[in-house]
Amino acid sequence: MQVTPLGDSTLVLTLGDSIDEDTLTRVQSACAALEAAALPAVTELVPAYTTVTLFYDPAAAAAAGAPARDIAGWLGVRVLQAAERAVSRPPALPGRVIEIPICYEREYAPDLAEVAERTGLAAAEIVRLHLAAEYLVYLVGFAPGFPYMGGLPAQLAIPRRPVPRKRVPPGSVGIIGAQCGIYPIETPAGWNLIGRTPRPLFRPAHEPPVLLQAGDRVRFRRISAAEFEEWEETA
Amino acid sequence: MGGNGVSLTVLKPGLLTTVQDQGRPGYQRHGIVVGGAVDAFAARVANLAVGNDDRAAVLEMALTGPELRAGQDLLVAVCGADFSFKVGGHAASRDRPVAVRRGEVLAFGPARAGARAWLAVAGGIDVPAVLGSRSTYVRARIGGHEGRPLVAGDVLAVGRPGPWATQLWQRLAGGGSRSPAWSIRPETLGRVAGGATVRATRGPEWDHFTPEARQAIFGAEYEVTKDIDRMGMRLTGPALMLKEPREEISAAVNVGVVQVPGSGQPIVLLVGRQSVGGYARIAAAATVDLGKLAQFRPGDRIRFEEIALAHAHELLLARERDFARVRSGLARMGG
Repeated sequence: MQVTPLGDSTLVLTLGDSIDEDTLTRVQSACAALEAAALPAVTELVPAYTTVTLFYDPAAAAAAGAPARDIAGWLGVRVLQAAERAVSRPPALPGRVIEIPICYEREYAPDLAEVAERTGLAAAEIVRLHLAAEYLVYLVGFAPGFPYMGGLPAQLAIPRRPVPRKRVPPGSVGIIGAQCGIYPIETPAGWNLIGRTPRPLFRPAHEPPVLLQAGDRVRFRRISAAEFEEWEETA
Repeated sequence: MGGNGVSLTVLKPGLLTTVQDQGRPGYQRHGIVVGGAVDAFAARVANLAVGNDDRAAVLEMALTGPELRAGQDLLVAVCGADFSFKVGGHAASRDRPVAVRRGEVLAFGPARAGARAWLAVAGGIDVPAVLGSRSTYVRARIGGHEGRPLVAGDVLAVGRPGPWATQLWQRLAGGGSRSPAWSIRPETLGRVAGGATVRATRGPEWDHFTPEARQAIFGAEYEVTKDIDRMGMRLTGPALMLKEPREEISAAVNVGVVQVPGSGQPIVLLVGRQSVGGYARIAAAATVDLGKLAQFRPGDRIRFEEIALAHAHELLLARERDFARVRSGLARMGG
């Protein structure tokens, strides 16, 4: 565990060097402990695969007693103290399981045929494998509510599209390497799109404003195009 | 001066005029960018000049400014680049309060130098706060005016100005002048670096870069490419290579971070940056020089100067002291 500055108003707490569930658990518990510690001058915590990044206000730190010559050191010690206590007894991930409806029909799955070609699997087999797996959200980033999820079956591993799409419809479900992701808003997209969900992942009027958070588990449930449209109408 | 009415009508929108404030912190873990004014400090100073709270919403303009008609008497202030600011057809000053009468047009042209400016209005631009901020987040279509840049015909409301601003407006109008004699330039608060030099600290992956790269980033001149927007700007110059290829694991980034993709050509992140990134970070601009980054245009030259982290903090504290001194001075002076 170490603390490294990133510029003059960010500290990065590193808790591992590989993307795996153990590391994610440590990140989650360190983040929760830092939140509970409510360290002076810390304005925001951002967990990722192996790190918790702390945004801080140097002037507020100085006002809270940090020596002007070593604000980062003063804060870093407090960060390590708070995180060490938590990581020594990491709780399991909260383990919320969230079900995401997904439609794999042609008009919602623009890359399914190509993924079939490149993996040598039948489209039906790709759908079966994708539905059978349980996914773990490691990180939310790129766009509001975009989950980077692990757990994609190895047979489905394919690289990103050579030319990204300029924009894809919200709800597009993409795969790349060992990961699955969902585009919550219309954005450019380089992942291979094999389905789409009508369930909104970004809901600015809610708190929290996104459906999925790091540590959540996701299962997909297959719906037809008719059900997709019905869902959209009721939303 | 009124408030809460039809206060600004957009006659010409300019190239990219958006409502911005000090940003939308607290939601990065959900993938929601902080955003806000590209030069948050300039926006604070413009707000200070009209008696607003730091966090009041302002208009940010880029390269070509807007034309706006005042629907009521207003006290405004502009900080940032020179956009040939005119009120009622007459040249008006930047960096100080300007009294505007109902019906007058605030006109901005193309930026003569630099790229962006911030227009504060006493009372603040009154748009609904979304997730704690009035900043326009164009990609997510939230905040600001309908989640998008302004277009001709848009009408913006302004909040109720404080007593300081109201008194100043009346005093100016009574004396037949637009502006007081004093001014506050955000660029002169704190200890300023000259020219196109941006002070920066070493980034977390500093040790992984070749000695040539480490020398280049703090010695060589880089040119700003045309790939420049609120998210960041790509530079071109001596390639910054890693000693050996490394796969970075994505983590949170911050404004001012200088990250280096495989090409070796650096990217400087600005406020619209994504919440996470996966490139090696060779340096990070000091917070006090983020305002300088906001003003670069394609073809400009930029040079980074290495400073220690403690020095970056001292510079920031010095600027905050200057800001607090000006604030209390203005309060004593009265409106």
